[in-house]
Amino acid sequence: MSTSVSEFKTRAAEKTGDLRLRQFIRTALRGYETARDRRKGAFQSWESARQAAAETKWEAVNHLDTHLESLVARLEARGTKVHWASTGEQAREIIAQILRDKKARSIIKSKAMTSEEIHLNHALEKEGFTVVESDLGEFIVQLRHEAPYHIVFPSMHLTRDEIRDLFQKELGDAPSNTPEDLTMVARRVMRQKYIAADVGFTGANFAIAETGMISITENEGNARLTAALPKTMVTLLGIEKVLPRFADLALFLPMLATAGAGQPMTCYNTMYSGPRQAGECDGPEEWHVVLLDNRRTELLADAEQRDALHCIRCGACLNVCPIFRNVGGHTYGTTYSGPVGSVITPHLRGLQEWKHLSNASSLCGACTEACPVKIDLHHHLLQNRRNASAAEPAFFERLAYQIFGILANEPKFWWLAKKLGWLTQPLHGAVKGSAIDPAKAWTKTRDLPPMPMETFKDWWRNRK
Amino acid sequence: MTVTLFIPCFVDALYPRAGISMVEILERLGHQVVCPEEIACCGQPPFNSGYHPEARTIAAPVLEKLADAEAVVIGSGSCGAMVKKFYPELFAGTRHADLAKQVASRTWEFSDFLVNKLGVTDLGAKFPHKVTFHDGCHGLRELGIQKQPRVLLANVNGLELVEMPEVSCCGFGGTFAAKFPMISSAMGEVKCAAAAETGAEYIVSSDSSCLMHIQGLLSRQGKPTKTISLAEVLNTR
Repeated sequence: MSTSVSEFKTRAAEKTGDLRLRQFIRTALRGYETARDRRKGAFQSWESARQAAAETKWEAVNHLDTHLESLVARLEARGTKVHWASTGEQAREIIAQILRDKKARSIIKSKAMTSEEIHLNHALEKEGFTVVESDLGEFIVQLRHEAPYHIVFPSMHLTRDEIRDLFQKELGDAPSNTPEDLTMVARRVMRQKYIAADVGFTGANFAIAETGMISITENEGNARLTAALPKTMVTLLGIEKVLPRFADLALFLPMLATAGAGQPMTCYNTMYSGPRQAGECDGPEEWHVVLLDNRRTELLADAEQRDALHCIRCGACLNVCPIFRNVGGHTYGTTYSGPVGSVITPHLRGLQEWKHLSNASSLCGACTEACPVKIDLHHHLLQNRRNASAAEPAFFERLAYQIFGILANEPKFWWLAKKLGWLTQPLHGAVKGSAIDPAKAWTKTRDLPPMPMETFKDWWRNRK
Repeated sequence: MTVTLFIPCFVDALYPRAGISMVEILERLGHQVVCPEEIACCGQPPFNSGYHPEARTIAAPVLEKLADAEAVVIGSGSCGAMVKKFYPELFAGTRHADLAKQVASRTWEFSDFLVNKLGVTDLGAKFPHKVTFHDGCHGLRELGIQKQPRVLLANVNGLELVEMPEVSCCGFGGTFAAKFPMISSAMGEVKCAAAAETGAEYIVSSDSSCLMHIQGLLSRQGKPTKTISLAEVLNTR
């Protein structure tokens, strides 16, 4: 068993045993569902909007090469420095070099899952740079030295009391547990960090090929400040973030807000098209955009699962996923958790090492139903299972299915198996739930139904 | 009409009453029911685990036995989805490819068959109990079956249907229940709690496999709520 799967199982067992946290997360996500469904009503047809978004993303991803060229040409025309990174390591080195060139010491960051993906903070801190997360949720998990719990709600697993205690311990200040007070504490601390920062770092929600713009959506204004105050701005984004046209944002901005947080629009939506131009009074003097591949082109080459690159990181699939709701974000051990994480992590980090995430699903399909860009998520989990089994079949599992096939195809054997099951049923009572119970995976928490003496097939035969 | 009834393996071995009810209902409606005895399983367990060659070993004989059926009715949304939706995918590019598509087009889940093929919504059943309905995920999302069982239940005498506050998976998921029992059980607990919120005496479902999981948890926890298949409810008089 790989380390990833055993760690996953250990954490899953631990988290499913935490009834308080499970209830807390479930209540929060039920609230999200109510808000989202209300906001969906603002669309003339949510289903048509999904279809339109899926088609736009299809167009973007299937012509990624030309869209990227257009994006880059337009960004560069306005003085932006564009960097291409094939791997996370390259991206880290490009960004570190920019910081070295600028003789920077302190970096203020707005929320970017892509930076989590390449473990940027860790790499920069190792080089001696100070990195401060300015999104409130990210700021909180950074103080706890934790990864984000959820791609949109990084600290949703924490109660207000826990955040107050954390602020008191780490910042020496927190008068109460009200969101207003806690936000003011964070704001006071962060303003100083903003002023001290040499470089502002952001992610991106969309990149517009037609106009050469980066679109950032947020609720706190921290990304705006990150882009506005420091003299140098660095933006890291995955190459799949491209949208063909500026007008596409008219659909994608409200859709991202609705699917992601049940909001009509996020509070701040900003489009960046370049560093400060001659005659302009604000904006960074220098802007670097780093375009990250990190095995996305391999996913692009997979016609069956290419649509996973449609993902706009809204988190809708996590919110409705019964697995995520019960095991939580940290259990996955991945940057991208929930259904989309289970689909793409095997592509980004290796199928055999991460296939267990595709197995850890009842294939209920709630994710696919929720996805605003119509990624066929739960069927991709099935395809990952197929690809993993075809490449490296598990000896005993395959043998079990081969034996099952022999039984199923021979009515006499099948009949005998059922009768043996019925006959040995009373014996099972003696070992039920114990270590030697062959069905202990089931019987530890669940009863087995009694096998009747007369099966359906017996009844059918006797009746004839 | 001659109806070829496909009884899933766990209905055959564990829940014969569900299968018997389907036969009796279809016969009462004047149809001839045939039930190929040699069909044991649709092949979903190996398919869902990713073992396609092993799944085809089981599914190919099933397809051949269903080749001439006028209508195939399956007493489970899960096995129904396997034949109707996943057989064409499983057999794509093999010599069974066309047959898989043909059989899929003539295959129905039981409640869908009653309502949308036969146009029957009132079976004259009587079940004076408060019930809630659990949608099996495969029936719901692969086959789009949601209204059909509710239309049928609405016409059952004395039955009061109370919906659960959320549509959620019961956590069974076939081999998932054994591979990740802690997650599966946690999901089942959420389902049981949602059902308990309704105050229903019975949880009804088209899928006996989901009910096996739900009942397994309820029994272990000593909860009084009972489970029963849709066909059994519809076969009451």
